[in-house]
Amino acid sequence: MTPSAPAKWGLRSLAFGYLGLLLLAPVGMIFFKTFEHGLAAPWEAMTSPEAIHAIQLTLLMVAVAVPLNTIFGVGCALLLVRRRWWGNPIIDAIINLPFAISPIVIGLSLYLLYGNDGWFGPTLTEWGFQVLFSWPGMVLASIFVSLPFVVREVVPVLQEIGTEQEQAASTLGANGWQTFWRVTLPAIRWGVAYGVVLTTARVLGEFGAVTIVSGSISGETETLPLYVAKAFEQFQEEAAYAGAIVLALLALTTLLLMSVGGRRAKSSGAVVPTAEAPIPISNNKEGS
Amino acid sequence: MGIAVEGAFKRFDDFQALDDVSIDVPDGSLTALLGPSGSGKSTLLRAIAGLENLDAGTVVINGKDATKTPAQKREVGFVFQHYAAFKHMTVFGNVAFGLKIRKWDKAKIHARVHELLQLVQLDGLAERYPDQLSGGQRQRMALARALAVEPQVLLLDEPFGALDAKVRKDLRTWLRRLHDEMHVTTIFVTHDQEEAMDVAEQLVVMNRGRVEQSGSANELYDHPANEFVMSFVGEVNRLGDDFVRPHDMEIVHDPDHRTQEGMVQRIVTLGFEVRIELVLSDGTEIWAQLTRAELQRLELREGQIAYLRPIQAKSFNGSSPSTDGASTPHRTPDGGDAGLPAAV
Repeated sequence: MTPSAPAKWGLRSLAFGYLGLLLLAPVGMIFFKTFEHGLAAPWEAMTSPEAIHAIQLTLLMVAVAVPLNTIFGVGCALLLVRRRWWGNPIIDAIINLPFAISPIVIGLSLYLLYGNDGWFGPTLTEWGFQVLFSWPGMVLASIFVSLPFVVREVVPVLQEIGTEQEQAASTLGANGWQTFWRVTLPAIRWGVAYGVVLTTARVLGEFGAVTIVSGSISGETETLPLYVAKAFEQFQEEAAYAGAIVLALLALTTLLLMSVGGRRAKSSGAVVPTAEAPIPISNNKEGS
Repeated sequence: MGIAVEGAFKRFDDFQALDDVSIDVPDGSLTALLGPSGSGKSTLLRAIAGLENLDAGTVVINGKDATKTPAQKREVGFVFQHYAAFKHMTVFGNVAFGLKIRKWDKAKIHARVHELLQLVQLDGLAERYPDQLSGGQRQRMALARALAVEPQVLLLDEPFGALDAKVRKDLRTWLRRLHDEMHVTTIFVTHDQEEAMDVAEQLVVMNRGRVEQSGSANELYDHPANEFVMSFVGEVNRLGDDFVRPHDMEIVHDPDHRTQEGMVQRIVTLGFEVRIELVLSDGTEIWAQLTRAELQRLELREGQIAYLRPIQAKSFNGSSPSTDGASTPHRTPDGGDAGLPAAV
């Protein structure tokens, strides 16, 4: 049944109104406030040493956490989908942990583990490693909170493409490594790309866990979200808005890069995941 | 030479896919593995390719024991029912895959791929992606891909199963011709007895993980080893312990000591052939295949009583289809037509 024209327009306006009020208005407001008095003020705020350091540190988090989670995510998805093992449901449940636990709790748990009274803290300090209130702890927190995205995006795509292409490659003489690079990875790249976008966005914006493990020291352990929060608390609204804009632009850039890559993937018939939302995997999928 | 499988066993959880299977495929032959779904025919093919590990048994390809050899080193060409096309590669890329793995140089790959695309009549479509091909074209591409690396044997797993009837017929004629040209030892799996008889020189009939019988199409049709083979390679009627093909049945108006009474239920004309469905006095439903001329001569009508005379019947020792019952055609004393005893 097709809805009548007024109903159709009514539904569309409702959808736009809802999105506009809840998403576009707040984001638009930030842009408006930032550039209200021209470019000079936000530019100045963003070129201060603290701001530049915050941007660099945030990019460092992305540069370390995203590749690690991508490699782990693809490997783990392959293990879950392609190997039949009794432990798979357990691994599957553990991977969802970061979704289930509040980032603040994740931060606290890392604090407990790596702090001076924690299990690993004293030993690592002895060896000269400073984890808490330093970048290694922040990277750990970033990896923790963004770990499930690649796995969750890649698992359904792997299930979708099946094992026949990989088997065909092996009968044509390809070894496991060649099959992965030439057949499996190109077939799942769109899913990997989605996972990378989501992981990047999560790492860029992470606040709760990083606040606790970093100590939020200006110019040292302050990422961009922490910088924005602090600026806001100290009534430096200009700096807060400008920082928020930079964060938004970084995320948008990732999305843009991926959709360009995605369009190329689409034209060559790669399997595209139908939903961005994490899809739970069934545990009794047949292996290869 | 050729392919030899000895004493193969394979179990999936609680399903015995292969239960002591041995087959012998002569060098350069075209052999069909024929059987219903779940008979183990695909598992056997995959075991020959190395895509499935046997629980027990050996696979010998061209005189070399390949049982422990991984798929990538067996040098078999494998064609899947659903093509298994590399979707992110062009037709050219798909066919070139095995050659690139073998690190051929570019010019040689180019020449070889185009030679193969010509062979499978896809030469103009080298830059297309699999999505832009029809089912039949995709399967020919998959065949070219498998043949590119000059495999020792070619294995096809229900290669025409996903195609419509017309394309199927064309492709199997074409496969037959291709085999006549290339003479590569070929095994193909099918559940379609007509397809198997049309294409293959040798048939291996499988059922419930075992080989029921192997031989030429004529051998299987005329001398089936058991009830299963008889009913799988052709139509069959059951009369008590005897099995009769519908075309081995005469219909007459005058009863004698070899006939049985039946009522004509339905007459279906299928072009040249006519199908007469009868019910016997004990309720058994039977059909006989006549020509149109015979029907006109007999002047049969639905609802009429007629008499049925089997020209040739078979009975097997024991009715279990998986036992190797020897066929025993009945002979009449005068040595003429084999026929049924009068009273059943």
